Amino acid sequence: MAQKLVLVLFLAPFIAVVTSLLFRRSRISEYVTVLAAIIDLAVSVPLLREALRHSSTFWHDYVLVDNLGAWVILCISIVYTLASIYAVGYMRLLDEDPRLPLFYALFSGFAFTMLAACVMNNVGVFWIAIELTTLISTFLVGFEQEAESTEAAWKYIVVVSAGISLALLGTVLFYWGGSYVLGASYAMTWAALRGSAAQIYPPLLTVSFMLVLVGYGTKAGLAPMHTWLPDAHSESPAPVSAMLSGALLNASMLGIARFLGVVQGTSVSRFAHSAVIAFGIFSFVLATLFIVRQTGIKRLMAYSSVEHIGVQALGLGFGGALGVAGALYHMLNHSLNKSLMFFGAGNAMRAYETKEIPMIRHVLRASPVSGTLWLLGAVGIAGAPPFALFLSEFTILRAGIVGRYRWAVILFVIFLIIVFIGFLSHFRSMYFGSADEMPTRKMPWAVWRAIPMWLAFVPLLVFGLWWPRAMWDAFMKIYAGMTGGTP
Amino acid sequence: MFLAHVSSLQASIFSLLAIFSLLLAFVMLGSHWLRNYVYAFAAESWLIAILSAVVGYFGGYPELYVIAILTALFRGLVLPYLLMRIVQRLNVRREIHAVLQPSASLVVGALLVMFAFVIANHMNFQASTAGQVVVLALTIMLSMKLLGFLMLSVRDEAISQILGLLVLENGIFLGSQILVPGMPMLIEIVILFDLLIVVACFGMLVRFLLVHAGTTSSRQLKRLVG
Repeated sequence: MAQKLVLVLFLAPFIAVVTSLLFRRSRISEYVTVLAAIIDLAVSVPLLREALRHSSTFWHDYVLVDNLGAWVILCISIVYTLASIYAVGYMRLLDEDPRLPLFYALFSGFAFTMLAACVMNNVGVFWIAIELTTLISTFLVGFEQEAESTEAAWKYIVVVSAGISLALLGTVLFYWGGSYVLGASYAMTWAALRGSAAQIYPPLLTVSFMLVLVGYGTKAGLAPMHTWLPDAHSESPAPVSAMLSGALLNASMLGIARFLGVVQGTSVSRFAHSAVIAFGIFSFVLATLFIVRQTGIKRLMAYSSVEHIGVQALGLGFGGALGVAGALYHMLNHSLNKSLMFFGAGNAMRAYETKEIPMIRHVLRASPVSGTLWLLGAVGIAGAPPFALFLSEFTILRAGIVGRYRWAVILFVIFLIIVFIGFLSHFRSMYFGSADEMPTRKMPWAVWRAIPMWLAFVPLLVFGLWWPRAMWDAFMKIYAGMTGGTP
Repeated sequence: MFLAHVSSLQASIFSLLAIFSLLLAFVMLGSHWLRNYVYAFAAESWLIAILSAVVGYFGGYPELYVIAILTALFRGLVLPYLLMRIVQRLNVRREIHAVLQPSASLVVGALLVMFAFVIANHMNFQASTAGQVVVLALTIMLSMKLLGFLMLSVRDEAISQILGLLVLENGIFLGSQILVPGMPMLIEIVILFDLLIVVACFGMLVRFLLVHAGTTSSRQLKRLVG
């Protein structure tokens, strides 16, 4: 059953890539991409249910469907669906019609590699999948072929490739440590690493874990390795920004979560958690400071991603059932909310033809409905109730306050308040700031851009008011899988 | 474990090859002619290929011969060829505005190697010959990593940055031949192919940089800040 679902999950984007490249018609590739994304979303739910029942490995043990991976797959497919619908309405505005099939091929290819990373049972192949996401998304970042976007693409590929090579080194060292336990040659699966980790010489384990953390942390956008992120997220087309922020960061967080699971119960477990918390809190603080003084609308969103990835790292670092549940819930909510924010930013950017916040005024007058959604999304992403991010951030706070990391919780709360004020003050000026009448461009195909915003907004509100029981049970199972039992 | 019963002759051969590779990394660091970087990289790759074959011979891993051939072919021939093409297309023959002069970067590089040695010493838990080889392999692995990062941070030209990345990967590859010769072959082959794709992507991006940003020096790339 799981095998068939995985097959469909990968065939859909693959066929979208092939069709886009084969027919080279913009309209066809648009619709095929949307269709593939919806199929993936439809498949990812039963896949998660299947994985919660029992995790399974197949195809010579190279594919692993476990509950943690399936959860990330669900988050990625949601963003893939939302972003591909939005892309239909957004990319047509760019006057790049002949290059659109290429765009959609890269777009689905990007989704494909991210989904592939989630089911990789072999640690080495997981690394390769993550590396491939970089290579494909580089060309999406540089798609607009302007000086800025090319610069962003270059920085992205250099910084991330250099960072991710540290993860490879860490992986090799993990393997080497394991070879004293399991023999010179063994399959480098997550289960094997976990089984041998407790017997690896602790200093070696510490260095390996730190290398892996920094490596995947670079890709996840944890500060101080986040330098590529604001550039790449702000210079790529809006649907790609949403994919980078809502999906790619999750796929890299999956690596960190899995390695945290590997060192769980060993002598370096505590150090590992402290390190993740340190990176998390540093990302949060740094991103907040940049948010307060930001002038670019998409850079604002990008720094907000650094902030929220920091929150997820905090949740994983605090650990415990609450911490893990909060981090996973935050992952879903952030995917939804950040997609909404990038869609709104894309609309504003095209309507006012600028990326600068001071040049955007009276958004509600220009677009009453999507403007309202964007504003509500901003309230949500700043962490206010009744939106879902409040609930997940609060859960993570609760996880932290009982443990040894009270200092981190206090910093977290202080900067949550600062980020709330800082983030919303930008929106206040964009919505209610005094300015002369700004010329705005009337844009066609508004429906395509409005639908995904609604689709992101409604669950955000629902999950903010009601945390489904089934989801909580799922988190508990994932937590049990991470801390022991079968991975 | 293959390293557990390594003889002192074998240990010396491994050490010699590994140290020569490290020296070649210093050659890159000490020169500012782009052409020299590529030659040094090619030579380094050949040394790694020889190392793979030697480890395969002494350790009884026949699949390492395949890796050796592929390494020589991809890293030793195809990648340098691709890089040379990029160099020729760029019309940039040398680093002009390096942050650190070659002599200064050699000194910094030496300090980094010492640092790598200290770390490696902490990570080792065996005495005897095996322990010595392990420390050496770890030192070279980590120091090539650090030297690669040094090149990335003090050199501006796009091509030097690509080579910096390749030095990072060479370090891992070299160390893994000695430490984990039993690593599944599939992974190694895929990583080799992956490298080829990486360089192809970089080549394409360099062209974009030239066309859209008008420069291939990262010093000029400062539109995006804050």
